[in-house]
Amino acid sequence: MCGIVGLFLKTPELEPQIGRLTAAMLDVMTDRGPDSAGFAVYGRPTAGGLKFTLRGGDFAALPARLTARTGVEVTLELRGDHALLMLPAAAESEVRAALAIVSPETLIVGAGTRMELYKGIGLPTAVSARFGLPGMSGTHAIGHTRMATESAVTTAGAHPFSTGLDQCLVHNGSLSNHNNIRRALVREGQVFETANDTEVAAGYLSWRMGRGEPLDQALQAAIADLDGFYTFVVGTETGFGVLRDAVACKPAVMAETEDYVAFGSEYRALTKLPGIGQARIFEPEPQRVYFWERAA
Amino acid sequence: MNAVRMRGEAGVREVVDLAVTPLRELHALLHGLGADTNRTAWRLLNPEGRHAVAVGLDAPLDVMVEGHVGYYAAGMNARAHVTIDGNAGPGVAENMMSGMVRVRGDASMAAGATAHGGLLVIEGNAGARCGISMKGADIVVRGSVGHMSGFMAQEGNLVVCGAAGDALGDSLYEARIFVAGTVKSLGADCEEKAMGAAERAILAGLLDRAGITETDPAAFRLFGSARRLYHFHVDNAHAY
Repeated sequence: MCGIVGLFLKTPELEPQIGRLTAAMLDVMTDRGPDSAGFAVYGRPTAGGLKFTLRGGDFAALPARLTARTGVEVTLELRGDHALLMLPAAAESEVRAALAIVSPETLIVGAGTRMELYKGIGLPTAVSARFGLPGMSGTHAIGHTRMATESAVTTAGAHPFSTGLDQCLVHNGSLSNHNNIRRALVREGQVFETANDTEVAAGYLSWRMGRGEPLDQALQAAIADLDGFYTFVVGTETGFGVLRDAVACKPAVMAETEDYVAFGSEYRALTKLPGIGQARIFEPEPQRVYFWERAA
Repeated sequence: MNAVRMRGEAGVREVVDLAVTPLRELHALLHGLGADTNRTAWRLLNPEGRHAVAVGLDAPLDVMVEGHVGYYAAGMNARAHVTIDGNAGPGVAENMMSGMVRVRGDASMAAGATAHGGLLVIEGNAGARCGISMKGADIVVRGSVGHMSGFMAQEGNLVVCGAAGDALGDSLYEARIFVAGTVKSLGADCEEKAMGAAERAILAGLLDRAGITETDPAAFRLFGSARRLYHFHVDNAHAY
């Protein structure tokens, strides 16, 4: 069992509240996943800038060491046991290479122009508070509460998984052909950090989108290629997608208003959203791709 | 129980606000009412998607739930009439024994699962596996049902005024399935049957009890078991 929440805003008025609303939804989903939690928030981009969410290693001297090595100006903000590194987008590969040398124990958990991604062990509310989720603003957010079945209860095993710029995925279920798919994707050059089945689903979609497919097409292809139980919620820089497997035993409820699209593993996760009483409530159908996109 | 406000007027429902009163307190109260109780009319406010609301009732109560409920609402119901003025999560009226459960919105998967008796009416759509393993209950869905509905259904009637999803009536035993709309596909051992006067009367009676007047009983087709799966096949006798 796991819990998923997601919120995709259609109007800017709710953007300053997205962290608070997502934290409240995550808290309700504690019963479905008390061992670890995580979330991705898509904030407003800064011109020419890129964000790395980092975990592990010594952050104190990191900006100076990166700048010394690359000559590129970077800034760093601590968020719990993670850190947010801001750099010029043009210097992405340089900074990645330098990071691997000056702090090999530091992992890039997520990278993008808009996405920040945090996760950790513990009750969802504690995880939200640790990273300051209630104070974050943004256009869309995805969160997950985990009850581990396929791999260990570690921060690395918590969701979301990110395998491409501004891309993240959360999963309720378990995949049965992830080892095969992982082997095929590794041959294609996709890099995996864990033995987790969900990371394979994320990597699969990143691989498809890396070949130029839009998210909805990549999800459509996943229906044929990924075997197992899943409800996926996926975020991209400007998009938000949902997909359930054919059997659809993993629950999913959605609410749509003029202001937002919201996802919850159960309806009770959605009850505190503004205007929920007037929302169109529906369950996503199995094997049907749901996809929303906003102008960048 | 402080959340119950007795109004002292005949015909007025007693109110329990689930935003204030713990579910266990509500159930301790409702389960403590005898078969001859006068406190039969109830309103439950602010269910907010909670699981297991109004379960295990076993008295002739009339319970109105005002809002959406989570899993297993009105499960194991006996004798009570429960109306959910909202949507229901998975397993609404699961294992119902008697009485009536009405969902005014949509129901999620496994509505009426294993129900032995009583009538479940869903005024919206039902999700996957509606009436799975039903054992004698009647289920009437005004809208459509999802895939694998009526899976291994043993006894009773499933009436679908809209469309049915994939694998309808898979591994069906002796339940009857009536569908007015399209059927995406039939499951293993489910086949269309000729509808006789007896079946027509059952169907008309159920539509009437459900309060559905807009769908003509003549629009329905009947599906039942081909009985090829659940009998021992004599060709296998040599195995002994």
